[in-house]
Amino acid sequence: MIELRGVTVELGGTAVVDRVDAIVERGEWLALIGPNGAGKTTLLRAIARLVPFSGEISLDGRPAPELARGELARLVAVVPQEPSTPPWMTVAEYVLLGRTPHLGPLAREGARDRDAAGRALARLDLLAFVERRLGTLSGGEKQRVVVARALAQEASIVLLDEPTAALDIGHQQQALDLLDVLRQESGLTLVGAMHDLTLAAQYADRMLLLNGGRVVANGPPADVLTEATISQHYGAAIDVVDVGGRIAVVPRRSG
Amino acid sequence: MTSIAEHAPEVRARGLTPVWACSAVAFLLASLAIGILAGPVDLGVGAVFESAGARLHLPGVSTSLSPTEEAILWEIRVPRVMLAALVGAMLAVAGATYQGVFRNPLADPYLLGVAAGAGLGATIAIAYLPAGLRGHRMLPVAAFVGGSVAVFLTYAVGRSARRERDAATLVLAGVTVTAFFTAWQTFVQQQNSETLQEVYSWILGNIPSTGWSDVILILPYIAVAIVVILALRRVVDVLNLGDDEAASLGVDVRRVRLALVVAATLGTAAAVAVTGLIGFVGIIVPHTIRLLTGVGYRALIPLSVVVGAGFLVLADVVARTVLAPAEIPLGVVTAFFGAPFFALVLRTTRGGTS
Repeated sequence: MIELRGVTVELGGTAVVDRVDAIVERGEWLALIGPNGAGKTTLLRAIARLVPFSGEISLDGRPAPELARGELARLVAVVPQEPSTPPWMTVAEYVLLGRTPHLGPLAREGARDRDAAGRALARLDLLAFVERRLGTLSGGEKQRVVVARALAQEASIVLLDEPTAALDIGHQQQALDLLDVLRQESGLTLVGAMHDLTLAAQYADRMLLLNGGRVVANGPPADVLTEATISQHYGAAIDVVDVGGRIAVVPRRSG
Repeated sequence: MTSIAEHAPEVRARGLTPVWACSAVAFLLASLAIGILAGPVDLGVGAVFESAGARLHLPGVSTSLSPTEEAILWEIRVPRVMLAALVGAMLAVAGATYQGVFRNPLADPYLLGVAAGAGLGATIAIAYLPAGLRGHRMLPVAAFVGGSVAVFLTYAVGRSARRERDAATLVLAGVTVTAFFTAWQTFVQQQNSETLQEVYSWILGNIPSTGWSDVILILPYIAVAIVVILALRRVVDVLNLGDDEAASLGVDVRRVRLALVVAATLGTAAAVAVTGLIGFVGIIVPHTIRLLTGVGYRALIPLSVVVGAGFLVLADVVARTVLAPAEIPLGVVTAFFGAPFFALVLRTTRGGTS
C-alpha cells in the first residue's frame, strides 16, 4: 500500500509535483495520466525516493524517509522509461542485478537468488534467452527482461514509467496483460505513468490525472476520462466511446 | 512456482570462468619469469630456481650464483619486477573501476586529476628542494601529496555543483583541476628550466631499480586499494546501469562510488609517486580483456589485476632491453603499443557503449 500526503517536489524553484494526496491499495493498479510535464515521472521518482520531496510518503505503513536504501528497494521496484541495458551483459546477469537489495554491498548471489531470478525469467517466458546478450535482443524482448529484473527484486510495489512507450500495439497488449496476470497472482501493487489513455483505461483500476503537478481528477477510468476533463487538461479534442464495456479515447480532428 | 524453478536452466552470472582465470595467471607467471630472467647478466633458469630454493631453506639446495649475481637477482631484478607488477595491477584495476563507475569506456586512472597533481608535486620537489633532500625519498612523497590534493579538490569542486548529475560533474571537475595543475606545473617548470630534463623523464615514467624500498613504500596503499575494489566489484556492474537505477536497486550510490573512487585514486597516486606517469595501461588492459572475454565488471576487475601486473612487467622488459644499456621511458613503451590499440577499441566500441 502507498500513501501520499501533501507530496511536493520542487525542481529549480518550481513545484513540479504540488501537494499530491493519494492512496494506492495493495494489489491495485493505478494509472498516472496527464499531459507532458504534468509531473507523472517526478511523482514516481519521489515514491522511489530518487528525488527529494516534502510531505509524507509511506509504503506498507512505513514512512519512506525512514527506510534504508536496501529496505526501500525490497519494497519498491522501478521499471524506468529508458532503462540502461549494457549490450555486453547477459539476460541472466541483468536479471540477477535485481537481487542487489537482498545482498548487501559485499555479498554474491546464492542459490535463493538464482531461484528468484529463474522464477522471474520463467514467468516472462525468457528461459530460452538466459545466455543471450542484451545487445542482441529486440525492443519487446528487452522490455520483458527489464520487467523480469523488477520481479526478481521481489518487491510488493512496482512503479512503471511508460512501460509500453517503445512497443508496438501487439507487444503493448502482451506486456500489459502480463503485468495484470502478475498483479493477480502475486498481489503486486502497480503504479504506472501512461500516455495512451485507451490502454490505461483498459487495465487500470483507477486513474490519477495530474496537470501542473496537481491532482485534477482521481477515480475509475469512466469518471476521469470525460470529454470535458480531457479537453480542459490536455487541450485535445476527443470523443470518449464505449467499446465492449470499456472506455476508449478517440482523437477528433477539429479543422 | 517451485516446479518452474526446478526445470529452469541455471541462472548464473558469468563470473571468472576457470579458462580465463588460468590463462590470466599463466600470463602473469610467464611475464614474471621473463622479467626476472631478462637483463644484461644472464643468470640462467636453473640457477634462479636453485637460488630461490636456497632462500626458502629447501634441504639440499644451494645456490650456484656468485654473490654479485645473487645481489642482481634479489636486490635489482626481483624487486623491479615486483614493483612493475604492483603498479601495473593498480593502474589496470583503477582504469576498469573508473570505466564502470563513470560509465565511460575511455576513463583512465588519471581522470580526476591525479596525474596533473602528482606532476606538480614532483616538479616542485625537483625544482625547489635541495638536491640532497629530493633524491628518492622526497620525490614520491611530493608526488603522492600533489596527486591526492588534486583529487580532493576535484571532489570538492564536483560536490559544490548540482547533485543529480554527480558522475558527469565529477569528470568535469577533474578536467578543470587537471587544467589548473598542469598550467601551474608548466609555469614552475618554465621558471626552472635547468630542471626540465629531470621533470621530463619523471613525466614519461619508469620503474626505478631502487631495490625493495619503493615496493615496501607503495605496497600498503595498493594492497588496500585492490582489496576494496575486489570486494565491491559486483556493485560496479550495478553502478554501470546509472545512478537512478542503481539507487532503485538499493545501492547507496554516492557512498559506494566514493569508496571505489578513493580506493582507485589513492592506489594510483601511490603508483604514480614512484614510477611517474605511465599512460594507457588503465585503458588497454581492461579493454583487451573485455574484447577477448566479453565479461562484466565482476570478472573484469580481478582479471585486470592479474593481466595488468603481467603487462607492465613485460612493458618494462621492453623498456630496459631494446636499447640496452639505455632505457626507453616506460610511458613511451606503453603508449607506443597503447595508442594503436586504443584506436582499435574506439572503432569497435563506437556503437553501444556505457
